[in-house]
Amino acid sequence: LRKNVEDFTGPRERSDLGFITFDITADILNEKSYSKAFGNKNVLIIFDWNVKQLFLYLSAEYSTKNNALNQVVLWDKIMLRGDNPRLFLKDMKSKYFFFDDGNGLKGNRNITLTLSWNVVPNAGILPLVTGSGHVSVPFPDTYETTKSY
Amino acid sequence: GCGPSRGPAMDLFGDLRRMNKRQLYYQVLNFAMIVSSALMIWKGLIVITGSESPIVVVLSGSMEPAFHRGDLLFLTNFHDDPIRAGEIVVFKVEGRDIPIVHRVIKIHEKENGNIKFLTKGDNNEVDDRGLYKEGQNWLEKKDVVGRARGFLPYVGMVTIIMNDYPKFKYALLAVMGAYVLLKRES
Repeated sequence: LRKNVEDFTGPRERSDLGFITFDITADILNEKSYSKAFGNKNVLIIFDWNVKQLFLYLSAEYSTKNNALNQVVLWDKIMLRGDNPRLFLKDMKSKYFFFDDGNGLKGNRNITLTLSWNVVPNAGILPLVTGSGHVSVPFPDTYETTKSY
Repeated sequence: GCGPSRGPAMDLFGDLRRMNKRQLYYQVLNFAMIVSSALMIWKGLIVITGSESPIVVVLSGSMEPAFHRGDLLFLTNFHDDPIRAGEIVVFKVEGRDIPIVHRVIKIHEKENGNIKFLTKGDNNEVDDRGLYKEGQNWLEKKDVVGRARGFLPYVGMVTIIMNDYPKFKYALLAVMGAYVLLKRES
């Protein structure tokens, strides 16, 4: 997983808004036999006969003065059984606004971006799995006044 | 020659008349036992899962393609289970009775464990703020009925049909009642 922070924020309604651009490279493998193969691997979950789809989401986790734990889903994707299990997404913008509850993004050095997914079976248990790669991203100390987003 | 043949309805009334009072009471008790056992199992599930409604039926298409109307969801609501982004929760908006099944997309948790979170249906364009109470921007733990842990497709359709077509429900109950009352133990 590789992510880059491009812009930073503008306080709106007195809350910080963050902008992140990211690349996602993930290999979600189809057969158990390949589960250890690759270089960049993130994930090793299998599409077997009981997996209807995977609901993938990229979430940002961080701490602020206001709140000990914050998690915001920035982007999601539904991957149906039969879809290409490899993701090579570049320069993605977050699908959802990354608002903090307060002003905790400014100068926050440690925002962790993680790719996770919800396995939706044809019938049975609904597990949530976290990918093995994650990246820490810092936000700058100042606000951007002009945004080209 | 032979007498006229009797249909199954005639046999049913014949049976009823032939049963004496004792047999009737026995059958009623049997029926009551079945109902009580079912209720006990349901209550037991409520205790074990910690959820007031451990099994719910999906009523809308807002979580497609994962869940469709008529699917059955199994919930748990353990107090110590933290609410995290990505989880599928079933919640009720204050003042409304209908449980909603959506995904948690944002959480803000304080050190003392107080948490407020936002939800959104996978199939919806926007988050659920429009569904919450007037002026309410976040959900809290108290609004949660449970977390979806498992699911079975289609099985809940029976409940939806019974709701939409009450005549079907009464007919079903009548048939079940008749069967239980008339069933003989040999």
